Amino acid sequence: MTVLLANTVLDLGVLDRRAVNSALQTAEQGSFRMLNPGGGHALACGLRTPVEVTIDGHVGYYCGGMNEHATVTVQGTAGTGVAENMMSGEVRVRGDASQSAGASGHGGLLVIEGDAAARCGVSMKGIDIVVGGSVGHMSAFMAQAGRMVVLGDAGADLGDSIYEARLYIRGAVASLGADCVEKPVGDTHLAELADLLARAGLHADPAEFRRYGSARQLYHFNVDNVGAY
Amino acid sequence: MCGIVGLFLKTAELEPDLGRLTALMLHEMASRGPDSAGFAVYGPVRDVERISALSRSGTTDWAAVERGLAAALGTGVGIEVLSDHAFLSVGEAGAEARRWIIENAPDVCVLGVGRAIEICKGVGDPDAVAGRLRLADRAGSHAIAHTRMATESAVTTEGSHPFSTGADTCLVHNGSLSNHNRLRQSLRRQGESFQTENDSEVAAGYLAWRMREGDGVDVALEGALRDFDGFFTLAVGSRDGFAVLRDPIACKPAVIAETDDWVAMASEFRAIAGLPGVAHATIWEPAPARVYSWRRAA
Repeated sequence: MTVLLANTVLDLGVLDRRAVNSALQTAEQGSFRMLNPGGGHALACGLRTPVEVTIDGHVGYYCGGMNEHATVTVQGTAGTGVAENMMSGEVRVRGDASQSAGASGHGGLLVIEGDAAARCGVSMKGIDIVVGGSVGHMSAFMAQAGRMVVLGDAGADLGDSIYEARLYIRGAVASLGADCVEKPVGDTHLAELADLLARAGLHADPAEFRRYGSARQLYHFNVDNVGAY
Repeated sequence: MCGIVGLFLKTAELEPDLGRLTALMLHEMASRGPDSAGFAVYGPVRDVERISALSRSGTTDWAAVERGLAAALGTGVGIEVLSDHAFLSVGEAGAEARRWIIENAPDVCVLGVGRAIEICKGVGDPDAVAGRLRLADRAGSHAIAHTRMATESAVTTEGSHPFSTGADTCLVHNGSLSNHNRLRQSLRRQGESFQTENDSEVAAGYLAWRMREGDGVDVALEGALRDFDGFFTLAVGSRDGFAVLRDPIACKPAVIAETDDWVAMASEFRAIAGLPGVAHATIWEPAPARVYSWRRAA
């Protein structure tokens, strides 16, 4: 297997995508630039070291998936499931992201500077997601842990069947999903919002956000229902 | 799964390249639908109506079909055969000719009719289908194409997209409709005729019915949002227009890119990545339950 030298330019117009991913997975450190992604799938996936990868163009499905420690920047739009199952590190999309961005992510920071489509943060398990634009319907569906910050609006059924994630939305929320409610914003929330915005490099006044989370009525057993079983 | 693509040119300069560019897009979507493929190309508007027809057996006696049709219509019929397809010029009698073929030539499947549209489809590798039916050589203003992974009906040429039942109107569909049997019954009562058991043909019949009743493409698609039950991303072609619609939960993928010269739609961006000037395109994911449409200036 080829060991990559730092500051290497990887032209996907010439190189095989799987070979590029395999080589990046062996790199210990350094910065890499990917050219001509052409909407290809599964780019810069499974990285486990603090390398920096910048992709010049638009990517397909699952870019930056399973990321651990690496920093992946997409200078374009991203397809379905960007940074799905991320464990740590950072994935940044300069443009828009398609559906299921950050799906099932356990940790790390996902920044989408444009809009994210439906089901952003579905089943998120600890990841932080900051979206500069708006998110589509059923975002944070079954979200279990982590924070989601949206500078724009949220589509219908935000936080449906949510467990313990915290959602901060600056704009309008089309509707809340089952068991998702608005909650008061305290000083600790303002502080974590300011921190997340700063880390994302996006500018907004934390005081303009409203917080949403679980009413905890769905996932706790209610003894009044014992007769139903 | 299935892959769909559409390319709508806004300027005449690229028209000679329409087929070549559509073939590139179709190629990229082959992995989403390796069973079969098809395309509709809108060329220059002709003085006469033309039927795109497919031989089910591959051995149709086209001369006999031409003679029968000419006798029934009482007019001359022009014919051009390409592989297992034939294109029949039928004067002003497109609808009548379509009905006659369906009723009298069981070995022939009518793929489409109109003054601008030509539809071709086939089973097998999408690149091979496009090559055999000369997609890359075709010029025109807009095209839609489909690669199929069959779920709702068998892998047959007749079940391949695009589907058309109305003049110069057709669609490609990624998804599946749950209420197509009920909808087919009610459309038959409205006078639509169907040639397959395919759910997407019902969607095409629905649009043909609405447009025959006077709806424009946009209004017909708003009706589809009310009346279709199921998953759908649709790309629709009309004589001078192109439209895209996704179901309200956006179950199936879609991306649109637009430049000063063209609008392109595909299931995935990689189908668009090879188009000229794509680096300067505006790219977005179409919102659920919103009709996007473009129309060529007359």
